[in-house]
Amino acid sequence: MPIKSYLAHPITGMKNDLIVSLTQYEQCEVIPAENNEVVILITDTQDDTEEHILKEKIEAIPSLKLLAMVSGFNTTKN
Amino acid sequence: MYTSTLTDRREFIKKMAILSAMTAAATMFPGIIFAEEQESNIPEGANLDWKKGPCRFCGVGCGILVGTENGKAVAVKGDPNSSVNKGLLCVKGYHQIMCIQAKDRLTHALVKKNGAYVKTPLNEALDIVANKMKETIQEHGKDAVAMYTSGQSTIPEGYVASKFMKGAIGTNNLDCNARLCMASAVAGFLTSFGADEPMGCYEDIDHADYFITWGNNMAEMHPVLFSRMLEQKNRRGAKIIDFATRTTRSSTASNRSILFEPQTDLAVANAICYEIVHNGWMNKSFVEKHCNFSKGLTNMGYGLEDNYSFNDKPSTIDFEAYKKFLEEYTPEKVAKYSKVSVKDIKYLAAIYGDPNKKVVSYWCMGMNQHTRGTWMNNLVYNIHLLTGKISQPGNGPFSLTGQPSACGTAREVGTFTHKLPKGVVTNEKHRRLAAKIWKVPYERIPPKPTYHATEMFRAVDRGDIKFIWTQVTNPLVSLPKTGRYRPGMEKDSCFVVVSDVFPTPTSDVADVILPASWHIEKSGLYGNSERRTQHWDKMVEGPGETTPDAWMTIEVAKRMGFGDLFPYSEENHVEEIYNEYRQFHEGPKHGMAPLEVLKKESGAIWPYVDGKSTQWRFNAKYDPACTNGEDFHFYGKPDGKAVIWERPYEPAPEVPDAAYPFWLNTGRVIEHWHTGSMTRRIPVLHKAMPGAYVEFHPEDAEALGIRNGENIKVSSRRGSCVLPASINERGLPTKGQVFVPFFDENMLINDVTLDAFCPISKEPDYKKCAVKVEKA
Repeated sequence: MPIKSYLAHPITGMKNDLIVSLTQYEQCEVIPAENNEVVILITDTQDDTEEHILKEKIEAIPSLKLLAMVSGFNTTKN
Repeated sequence: MYTSTLTDRREFIKKMAILSAMTAAATMFPGIIFAEEQESNIPEGANLDWKKGPCRFCGVGCGILVGTENGKAVAVKGDPNSSVNKGLLCVKGYHQIMCIQAKDRLTHALVKKNGAYVKTPLNEALDIVANKMKETIQEHGKDAVAMYTSGQSTIPEGYVASKFMKGAIGTNNLDCNARLCMASAVAGFLTSFGADEPMGCYEDIDHADYFITWGNNMAEMHPVLFSRMLEQKNRRGAKIIDFATRTTRSSTASNRSILFEPQTDLAVANAICYEIVHNGWMNKSFVEKHCNFSKGLTNMGYGLEDNYSFNDKPSTIDFEAYKKFLEEYTPEKVAKYSKVSVKDIKYLAAIYGDPNKKVVSYWCMGMNQHTRGTWMNNLVYNIHLLTGKISQPGNGPFSLTGQPSACGTAREVGTFTHKLPKGVVTNEKHRRLAAKIWKVPYERIPPKPTYHATEMFRAVDRGDIKFIWTQVTNPLVSLPKTGRYRPGMEKDSCFVVVSDVFPTPTSDVADVILPASWHIEKSGLYGNSERRTQHWDKMVEGPGETTPDAWMTIEVAKRMGFGDLFPYSEENHVEEIYNEYRQFHEGPKHGMAPLEVLKKESGAIWPYVDGKSTQWRFNAKYDPACTNGEDFHFYGKPDGKAVIWERPYEPAPEVPDAAYPFWLNTGRVIEHWHTGSMTRRIPVLHKAMPGAYVEFHPEDAEALGIRNGENIKVSSRRGSCVLPASINERGLPTKGQVFVPFFDENMLINDVTLDAFCPISKEPDYKKCAVKVEKA
């Protein structure tokens, strides 16, 4: 049950595109910065396999320049 | 320490993940805003009442808006009307109100009876404090009682403490924790300019071409200002040069990072002056019109012995003598011991020397917490005076403060042993003014200073001080060499009163603990680094019997028979005290804004003259107090001229040797405010930085076989502390140096530090002592 947080850096001028792309995945929660070209991304998946697949999809988003993991937690449901 | 309001573990972990990311983002992009998340605690459909005030934490003085609903503070956001932060806040600022609800909040007075703390009605506890203070004075004299306050005390709190001790009791046994952070800046300003506090303001950031930071990790300590500098770097190509003893987040975000050997900043600053003079970069007409040259005593010692005293004896010199003095500081000579290359010294000098570049120098603890801190401040002023780059938009030296009212309360109200609200106790004119406004006999205010902070706690240990009352401060974590001062405070010879919001290692040794109101639970005023005074109204009720420190001081004064000197009402005491205090500073040199202006606006900068803030002092274009008919007037000095000081390099009192081969440097981290008594009770900040650590250079760690996270014992000749090793994480010390943050009361690194201080300012040096390290 991994929960991970990332700083997602968009390609210059493509922050909104990145937000739109990320929010298409139900396992993703996105918190955009108001005044900087960066968004916080939280992924909440069932297991490592799902997390791995999701990460591959995220890394393939064209508006994403860099995805930097900040924290990762593995937890049981509640 | 705290309980989460989130009952769902998974939701809690998710929240932690979000907040870890926010903290990481805040260190990379100081001032970053995540409005959606930061306002997520606001109840749906909430009808919030937003009230303005200054941030509780650092000396930047960011404007905040606190959202309250049904008597509770539920949200904080940056005040877009504040010119300080323009709506930005750092990670500490956003989460500040979360500490109020901590489970272990001090809500009632506690009195130690038979070794145990007993909950006691506040009135009864204040009776005990007043009676004990009176008894002590009767038995041992008025110099047997002391108060130790804070740069986090509000202006009214500092003012009544000064009036109580100096005007009512008649002792100068009042000092404050700003002695530990800003005293060298004060002594530097007074010796160079005759007037305290920076001449410029934060708007300098919008004009400067270069920012040179001297031993100052602004990205973590003053993140909102650093964010404003980064904005100028990105927008206009302004350059940031980091001159330090440790590679930090500020270094990596700067254009250049230049490292120096601890203590040799004195020599490098003189080498910069040498280059300026010898390359013809000196602004001759400015220096001739506006500067004198002086020298003082040297080989002053380091204050390591009890009752140490020193008085400088300045003497005037001429330019030729100063030029000759600088011959010892050629870049080639200084490079040999400073470990700064000749090329880098010349590079720094060329920036200051270029008449077409505007330069601001910033510093904070690196220069102030220094056994030659006053000299170091003088030397940076020398650079700006020699080049005439001072008191103009984008040009000037600027000492940053650490605490939210180190300027407003400690320095302006004067909660130091030698100070009065205007001037110093040694000056008869100043004593007479204080006596007149306080309505006390002039003879009651003693003309001699007594104990500065370090000496005050030495006097407690010796048994000379038999009663001490601390407010808004945690000296048993923040003093140097706490290994001596903790047992000193535990002795039966001294009755200890601690007024605070949370229990701390200092309240652990108290005989009486008084429950203080937190920031937004009272009205108040703070003064920030740029001479900006800011007011806020009480926003929420505090729990239990919590009471503002000013009111508790007044109540004790009344009980001791000084009621006629404190005729304030409980409801309006802040306003009444401020209006009385303003009388001290009337006039164009330090006039304070009326309260009605401060209530309306997000602060005003003094001197406040004819309804206007003065942004650049000593410059006739901006400062109405300039009266000499010239462009500049350094009116703090009788002849209107600033002083360029001959101040040599002298070594630190304790340097690494065979037995103790490492330098120890101590400091702060972005997540925590000073000793952590508030921020360690804010879950997100505590989770992000749960404990202290000892940073190593990777080559030192490898040579010693030390792995990341391994427990290491750091020992000096005074004490030891065990902490986990940190290699290539937050900061990177130079080889031969270790760094430890001091926020963690469970790992008291100040048991290890040295209580040496600057003989002029009496500010201790927390940045340099010799230690050994071994696996624990």
